[in-house]
Amino acid sequence: MDLLSEDRLARMSPVEKVRFIIDEVKNGKILVLERGLSPEEEANLIEMTMTQIAPDEFSGIEMETYPAHETKSFLGKLFNKGPKGRLTLIGPADQLKTLKKDRDMITALVSSNR
Amino acid sequence: MGVIRSLKRNFTGLLKKLLNKKSARIGIYGPPNAGKTTLANRILRDWTGDAMGSVSNVAHETRRARRREGVTIKGNGNSLSLDIIDTPGLATKIDFHEFMEQGMSEAESKRRAKEATEGVIEAVKWLENLDGIILVMDATEDPFTQVNVTVIGNMEARGLPLLIAANKIDREDSSPSTIREAFPQHPLVAISALEGKNIDTLYEEIAKRFG
Repeated sequence: MDLLSEDRLARMSPVEKVRFIIDEVKNGKILVLERGLSPEEEANLIEMTMTQIAPDEFSGIEMETYPAHETKSFLGKLFNKGPKGRLTLIGPADQLKTLKKDRDMITALVSSNR
Repeated sequence: MGVIRSLKRNFTGLLKKLLNKKSARIGIYGPPNAGKTTLANRILRDWTGDAMGSVSNVAHETRRARRREGVTIKGNGNSLSLDIIDTPGLATKIDFHEFMEQGMSEAESKRRAKEATEGVIEAVKWLENLDGIILVMDATEDPFTQVNVTVIGNMEARGLPLLIAANKIDREDSSPSTIREAFPQHPLVAISALEGKNIDTLYEEIAKRFG
């Protein structure tokens, strides 16, 4: 399991981030992102995950994050200062299973069996 | 580029409001088996007498986005022309074994899984081209799924309207209040798309939010 700081991901472009996450997860890594991804990056990650799914090899990812806090200020909305990401857990769908999730807590089961 | 795109999007929205343009392109989103196509069928039957597509208990029955243009709905004295896009269920994983458990052959299951992945990609791409979303959630399930969080996050980031349809209230174990507590910042209508329960309230909200 790798715990990735906000700074580490901030040095990557959105495309690099998504590519990095997919590559790591396909290699069986479970990632904990300190600041998570933006909603658009999450959507891109889902999209790229779908392109990588292959029968008996890779069935996708398990991704869990808390609901983001909405940007309330007018200027924030005008300049697309979207909600900041929150701590996010990402892993291979066959190794990571979410048991329970609510607004502020995620309970997950991690398995080493592939 | 992001700032310019954001400003363009916001001013386009403002211009539409100023010109009082009563039309909107609305996507019906949600996880697999939440009842998206059942709702799309209900809307079309009520306002055009037609249907959008077939429904099934097997996940990913809808694997291509379907679009119907110029559906005029009325509510609260307002009339609104909608382009409705019924999207495939969003998911972060698709395992063909789950289709085999439903009695499909291995070849058929793999084909369905492949089509389902393409459907998810199509649904994600449509997010860029909408004026608003009806997010259908199964009120008998945990609302904090990643799909719900991602769709809501994307709408908030784009500043676009979102209406939650807490579906399946015809079922005894449904709990729309759980969804309301999970996402209190967005309007919610508890419905049964299957039985048409509370559907008029949904139309009023659609006319109010997307008009």
